[in-house]
Amino acid sequence: MKKLTTPLTDNMAADLKAGDRVLINGTLIVARDAAHKMGLNLDLKGQIIFYAGPAPGPGGKLVGSIGPTTASRMDPFTIPLLERGLKGMIGKGGRSREVREVLKKYKAVYFVATGGAAALLGQAVKHAEVIAYPELGPEAVLKLEVLDFPAIVAYDVHGGDVFAK
Amino acid sequence: MREISSKRITEATAELCRQAAYLLPAEVEEALNRALKMETSELGREVLREIIKNAEIARKEKLPLCQDTGFAVVFVDLGQEVLISGGQLTEAINEGVSRGFSDLRKSIVSDPFIRANTGDNTPAVVHIEIVPGDKLKLGLLLKGGGGENASTLKMFLPGAEKEEIVRFVVEKVKEAGPRACPPVIVGVGIGGTFDHAPFLAKKALRRKVGHLNSSHHIAELEKEMLKRINETGVGPMGLGGKTSALAVHIETFPCHIASLPVAVNLECHAHRYQEAVL
Repeated sequence: MKKLTTPLTDNMAADLKAGDRVLINGTLIVARDAAHKMGLNLDLKGQIIFYAGPAPGPGGKLVGSIGPTTASRMDPFTIPLLERGLKGMIGKGGRSREVREVLKKYKAVYFVATGGAAALLGQAVKHAEVIAYPELGPEAVLKLEVLDFPAIVAYDVHGGDVFAK
Repeated sequence: MREISSKRITEATAELCRQAAYLLPAEVEEALNRALKMETSELGREVLREIIKNAEIARKEKLPLCQDTGFAVVFVDLGQEVLISGGQLTEAINEGVSRGFSDLRKSIVSDPFIRANTGDNTPAVVHIEIVPGDKLKLGLLLKGGGGENASTLKMFLPGAEKEEIVRFVVEKVKEAGPRACPPVIVGVGIGGTFDHAPFLAKKALRRKVGHLNSSHHIAELEKEMLKRINETGVGPMGLGGKTSALAVHIETFPCHIASLPVAVNLECHAHRYQEAVL
């Protein structure tokens, strides 16, 4: 099990292989369909986007349960974000061939987390705040501080693909 | 006639929303534990362990099993000797969904194109069936988007072989891959009309996971489909392995001489279904 701390660098990305289990520490940006359509206008350098829309927790907590949504819906919006320095994405399922192949060029990594294990993944979230598009409600952009968030490297920068194994 | 107040229906619906969101049915957890014993893929085993652990955390901490707390699909088995007083049945259910979702994610938009969130996860999809007796049974399914998006219907020719139908169902689970959050529960509706087959497929998800159809030849078909789905290698969350589905439930209905509709409704491992009898 590898430990990663954000922001991700080219060297950190190069060290990851498809199928590796990782524990992510630091910051995750939560964004899904609506926020991607709106252009996700924020600094993404070295960042990891987590494709998700949380369910609130007890006592009005912003994030109770949070798990990945289907990543391929974000494929049409992904390349411009990689151009802006995005280094990682967390979702569920495969991506378009275009996105898979371009990860090498941008030295970026696609991770998967267990869909439907949202209460478990929510335990790794230590702090959450809305940082953009509050009007999108469950699709607002959040910044999460995470401790040992469990994920699996799905596509690495060397062309490795966990789904092809 | 036995009187049931709409207020009771509202309260029961609200409670079912919370229970369904937080509690994985015991038979699903048992099926996951059995799968973990059989699974040989390392990543597959890790995913199954996470899913089992998730159910424990959700139950203890009263947290939704999955952040996508879904569309509320409510099956009402309404005894014909029941009189509902104080309000309209569907309105009472929607009020219950609205209250039950106060702490859950609101995933419903008011119009397919305008897509403004309704703010309380209403309306529910309500299926009412009149049955004998003086009881009212509510069966509430919280249906996530992933499994629904990977569901489908095909109108087969009436002479189709069972093998063609098996292949069709297996192929749909394979195509869906990780998007439907495997290991899935597969609801299959065979027969009826174009609209009725998908209803049967959804209704099949009400059955306790792993219980077979009472007709022997349909139960055999369920076993065959499950075996073949688990041979595809999709595995937990599509990461490879022997556990691609936990169960296949088929419901059938008589057919027109010219038709053989087959609908497949995929349900993720986070099966959110609870019942209450009033």
